[in-house]
Amino acid sequence: MRWIIIGIISLIMVLSFALADAAQTSDADIELRAKDVGRSLRCVVCQNQSIDESDAPLAMDMRKLVRTRLKEGDSNAEVIAYMQERYGDFVLLKPPVQSNTYLLWFMPFLLLFAGLIWFIKTSRKTEAKP
Amino acid sequence: MRALLPLGIFLLIGLAFAVGLTKDPKLLPSELLNRPVPEFALTELYDETDILTQDMFDGKVSLINVFGSWCVACNVEHPVLMDIAKRNEVNLIGIDWRDERPKAKDWLAKRGNPYRKVIFDNESVLAIKLGVSGAPESFIIDKAGQVRYKHVGVITPKIWRNTLLPIIKALEAD
Repeated sequence: MRWIIIGIISLIMVLSFALADAAQTSDADIELRAKDVGRSLRCVVCQNQSIDESDAPLAMDMRKLVRTRLKEGDSNAEVIAYMQERYGDFVLLKPPVQSNTYLLWFMPFLLLFAGLIWFIKTSRKTEAKP
Repeated sequence: MRALLPLGIFLLIGLAFAVGLTKDPKLLPSELLNRPVPEFALTELYDETDILTQDMFDGKVSLINVFGSWCVACNVEHPVLMDIAKRNEVNLIGIDWRDERPKAKDWLAKRGNPYRKVIFDNESVLAIKLGVSGAPESFIIDKAGQVRYKHVGVITPKIWRNTLLPIIKALEAD
């Protein structure tokens, strides 16, 4: 009987330590994730800063909202989607790859390709000259 | 013909800039168009016991105006709102954004209060839900409580007459 009680007590102790630890890491974890999410969201007042680096009052409130939503169990992507639903694609600092941004994303490769073709063509011509 | 190529490229880039740079990046389209006003529960500016919710927009066409005592452009817009209130043209509701109660009351006491109710939102709770990025900003809400139009910036008499009032009239006739 005594051993059972000791067993239960030690189990409770181990569990409570484990739980306290879990709570602590989750706070730090949320802080890290909030920073991560904050870096990918544009401050709509200053426009070229993320809400993580902006001092604008609205960015402050947005950071607070990101934290509460993460604490309530949202994933990073869900928080970003929540903001996107309210502020549109504009709130994403990194433009998503979608039909209206294909030109933006693929133009550099297109130009590189065109340049390569031009280079090959002209270098062939000069080779043939002498 | 070859010599025209750089000129052609220059014109193309020029055209892209001419279109791109004249667009105001501050004019964000509202994501909420034709969707109901988000749920909220905030107190009234003057009466802290009065809890306002999205239900306050039911049954009448409303104009929500985001302002603050700190907002310089709101000073310019204010007389226009006073005129609108005097003519009783719409259910004018204010959102006092990121403000302190005494300062806001003072601001309205000095200039007159055009709003039927003022939602006090000092932590951007409703502002973020509405996608507000600055003040002043205004939303037209229809009788069913749906967001139908967003105007960013000062409402001038001309914008009111030519853009906002016709939309409100049409919604009222519905």
